[in-house]
Amino acid sequence: MKDLLVREYRSIFTIKGPLIFLKDVSGAFLGDFVEIELDDELKYGQVIELSESFTVVQVFGTTGKISPGSTRVRFREEVVKIDLSPTMLGRIFSGGGKAIDGGEPIAPRVRRDVHGACVNPFRREPPRDFIQTGISVIDGMNTLVRGQKLPIFSGAGLPANEIVSQIIKNARVADKDEKFAIVFAGMGLTSREADFFIDSFRFSGALEHSVIFLNKADDAVIENLLTPRFALTTAEYFAFELGMQVLVILSDITHYCNALREVASSKDEVPGRRGYPGYMYTDLAGIYERAGRIKSLPGSITQLPILTMPDDDITHPIPDLTGYITEGQIVIDRALHRKGVFPPINVLPSLSRLMGKGIGAGRTREDHRQLSDQIYMCYAKGVEQRSVAAVIGEDGLTEIDRLYMKFADEFESGFIDQGIIDRGIIQTLEIGWRLLSIFPSSELVRINREIIEKYKNGKNNE
Amino acid sequence: MSSIIKVSGPTVQASKMSDSFMYEVVRVGNEQLLGEIILMRGDVATIQVYEDTGGLKIGDPVKPLGELMSVELGPGLIGSIYDGIQRPLPVLALEWGDFIQKGATVHRLDPKRKWRFTPLVKDGDVVQTGTILGTVQETKRIAHKIMVPEKVSGKIKKIFSGELTIRDTVAILESGEKIKLAQKSNIREPRKTCGKLPHQVPMLTGQRVLDTLFPIAEGGTAIIPGGFGTGKTVLEQTIAKFADADVIVYVGCGERGNEMADVLHEFPELKDPRYGSSLMERTILIANTSNMPVAAREASIYTAISIAEYYRDMGYRVAVMADSTSRWAEALREISSRLEEMPGEEGYPPYLASRLGSFYERSGRVRCSGRPLDIGSITIIGAVSPPGGDFSEPVTQASMRMASTYWALDYDLAHQRHFPAINWLNSFSLSLSSLSSWYIENLDEHWVEMVADMNLILQRETELLEMVKIVGLDAMGESERIELEAGMIIREGFLRQSSYHETDAYCSMEKQRKLLSLQLFYVSSLRDALQNGLQLEEILDTPVKESVIRLKEVRDSEIDSGVEQIEAELKAYFRKRLGK
Ligand SMILES: Nc1ncnc2c1ncn2[C@@H]1O[C@H](COP(=O)(O)OP(=O)(O)OP(=O)(O)O)[C@@H](O)[C@H]1O
Ligand SMILES: [Mg+2]
Repeated sequence: MKDLLVREYRSIFTIKGPLIFLKDVSGAFLGDFVEIELDDELKYGQVIELSESFTVVQVFGTTGKISPGSTRVRFREEVVKIDLSPTMLGRIFSGGGKAIDGGEPIAPRVRRDVHGACVNPFRREPPRDFIQTGISVIDGMNTLVRGQKLPIFSGAGLPANEIVSQIIKNARVADKDEKFAIVFAGMGLTSREADFFIDSFRFSGALEHSVIFLNKADDAVIENLLTPRFALTTAEYFAFELGMQVLVILSDITHYCNALREVASSKDEVPGRRGYPGYMYTDLAGIYERAGRIKSLPGSITQLPILTMPDDDITHPIPDLTGYITEGQIVIDRALHRKGVFPPINVLPSLSRLMGKGIGAGRTREDHRQLSDQIYMCYAKGVEQRSVAAVIGEDGLTEIDRLYMKFADEFESGFIDQGIIDRGIIQTLEIGWRLLSIFPSSELVRINREIIEKYKNGKNNE
Repeated sequence: MSSIIKVSGPTVQASKMSDSFMYEVVRVGNEQLLGEIILMRGDVATIQVYEDTGGLKIGDPVKPLGELMSVELGPGLIGSIYDGIQRPLPVLALEWGDFIQKGATVHRLDPKRKWRFTPLVKDGDVVQTGTILGTVQETKRIAHKIMVPEKVSGKIKKIFSGELTIRDTVAILESGEKIKLAQKSNIREPRKTCGKLPHQVPMLTGQRVLDTLFPIAEGGTAIIPGGFGTGKTVLEQTIAKFADADVIVYVGCGERGNEMADVLHEFPELKDPRYGSSLMERTILIANTSNMPVAAREASIYTAISIAEYYRDMGYRVAVMADSTSRWAEALREISSRLEEMPGEEGYPPYLASRLGSFYERSGRVRCSGRPLDIGSITIIGAVSPPGGDFSEPVTQASMRMASTYWALDYDLAHQRHFPAINWLNSFSLSLSSLSSWYIENLDEHWVEMVADMNLILQRETELLEMVKIVGLDAMGESERIELEAGMIIREGFLRQSSYHETDAYCSMEKQRKLLSLQLFYVSSLRDALQNGLQLEEILDTPVKESVIRLKEVRDSEIDSGVEQIEAELKAYFRKRLGK
């Protein structure tokens, strides 16, 4: 019935980058879902600006073959929506939401607006449940909790995907009696990357409780603007309607931001820093803030976005704005990678802001916070001594400073570097204590005496 | 009928609006979204819409409401949590569910709740703007004073008393004018006062590095610039918990939802350190998170400051925490770009600095309107989030010109987990000299010298650390090694203060004085010992070093005995070593 009402126009007068401009359109609204009919293909778009004289549509694909005057454009009079169903688990979709694994189309249970609504902050439940990822630098030093958004800042050629794949394999997001799902949004992935992820989902057995959306590097860039929204709407369905613990992986946010930039420049907007639009903070917040928990609902959404820092520059707008929105960041380091450390995570610029809530007595162990603070301080000092030693030679250091340097080395090789082995949190903490034991207790100023008494020198091996 | 002719992001244009006026509130579209006119050209008005504009069409109706954007002021504000346009979030949740719905309208103050109003004037009294008609005990701590609104004065014909709702009349004037328990105030216009007073008293925060090194005056303004993760929010929240103020207005402006959830979770449980009542009994929260509409983010700052002014006018000391003013500036930029205004630096509108300026100017210690003998104050503490942590950007620079106190957060300190990560070398307080007499009279007659000593130690340490980088610690002379030790003692024992530590999160001024005085004593003892010819190793390795650093963790009641013990032990140690 509804389709009869759909308005169709052939009034395109300008095509510019991913945008088409139409005139004499009536009844279209902001966010209106648009179909663009070509001979052999149907393209999709969305109204992003309206005035009496013209209507601007952003096309989620290339604008190739669209021609002014002849191409037919239909306004659906509804916002972009996605069909959802529990049977999506185990399936692979394109970045635009079409099944691409050769399986049946999804029989929809519900249909939801992909833009999501904003959770009333009053209804948010503060995240506080520890997630064991099996990776010491994360669990011990930058703990992830359920409902957190914790991005991975990577650089070109650094093994972010490998780290994520290990997390997919080992992370304990849900308790035994809870249901767990992974939603993966691949944006601008090369075929090699896409295959890598799909294989790791398959081999770890995670695929059957996962939903995968894939926008590949040879798909249209602008489709990236939809991919994370499809993924997050799916995640919200699983978490807040079906009560599951959901882990969302978004890879790679850098491609998403580049799509945003492309649209902005086609609109002749005044660019912000490095050509990215001034509203990128707000736009990214619309994605990242869709993590969390809601009071009196059992589910949760934990986000692990991955981004590539252009030129390893953490002050670039993409990592910068991300860091301003997310609850910390895990920073992958080129120097550690070169040393062969895996996972090459640099703890100094890394941070988990929600760590404090997920650790401590009854959660991990009472000494966790102080231990990690102390390790931070010792490692920072050790790294500093290393650069001093590089100038004046190790002989110029005092005995205690040499100890700090030794600690930094051992921390990298004994704590950070763990290969693909899965470590429990207690094991991680014990390694931390063992490494600290080279210091006299008086140097450990960030740990209480009682805690030092209890745990130093492996005194407490429960 | 007025209708939409253009929709662009958070703004719309409407035609046939010639009867409207600037900053008039309007309802937009069939869902009746709230908006405000921000530009008029001919009969076309540009409107910023406080809700998601998705779904708006050309031709949709626009309904002017004939009034300015205002806040509703009255009993029930304290303990509330509002969005940027003063909609109470708990009521929105109750009536509209877990997610914020478009077009949701709710009462800003509970219209049914009864308050016991105790009049302070009687029939026949002559009253004017600011006269207190009576009080309502809003929370245990706050007596809410019902004041005669602006532009109203005359002789009281009848004053009421007893259980009243906010809509009820408390007084009728001879002119027939009725004064209600609640009033409205335009958010864009500062509420009047009888003039500003100089800054003379510090607003103590319980944070050592602030109160001792860079104090903020009551009625002053401080900015906290810092890159992501350097501790702006934790500092704002910590100050909100411990600041010596009567009322706290905390605005989460374009920041995280979970942070607001945290405050909501934590504050009701926490006790006001001075009064023992729940912290929510002095706090008003305004939460317009990053994913909420950007125009409401712009308004949130004004909503907050207008509420603050109202309590200031009652004679209270109010502190406003704004996290983050950069997000507010970005909202301004986004809206400005939709207006196709000429962009200034970094795309910000040219009026960025003047808007920031007029916001910060709403701080101050003032004589209350209509009651020049009563004094109220607003202290503003604004976080600034410079892109890439680069303080040369426009928002930081413009804010810096307005601020009397500047707390610069530092990536390096944060990475070493030295919190609060306030860089003691480039932060400053312009109020230092005007506050010094307060410290001298109320704390210690030698306070200024003590702080100068401390600054000297820190300054010297920085210089020496530069040298260490070049020649190594071993190459430093003995007295330099002592000075480096002194710097370490001050940094670890005094400046570092974890907001998560049970006893150390708050430090009274008296405790600050005792800690500093002990540490200075310790440092001078080390220097003396060197003078007296003691071995460097022995000087650096006193048995009390750790206790000196950890004294901050001791409860107030045990400080004196702690100090005594340390001093005695230290003296004994040096005496023994020197063989006396
Ligand atoms: N005073 C403090 N005491 C202890 N820890 C702190 C303190 N300040 C900051 N931290 C630590 O630093 C982390 C980041 O702090 P915070 O969230 O306040 O940063 P921010 O400057 O507000 O960052 P953003 O700009 O991204 O919001 C906190 O989660 C906490 O672990
Ligand atoms: Mg913050």
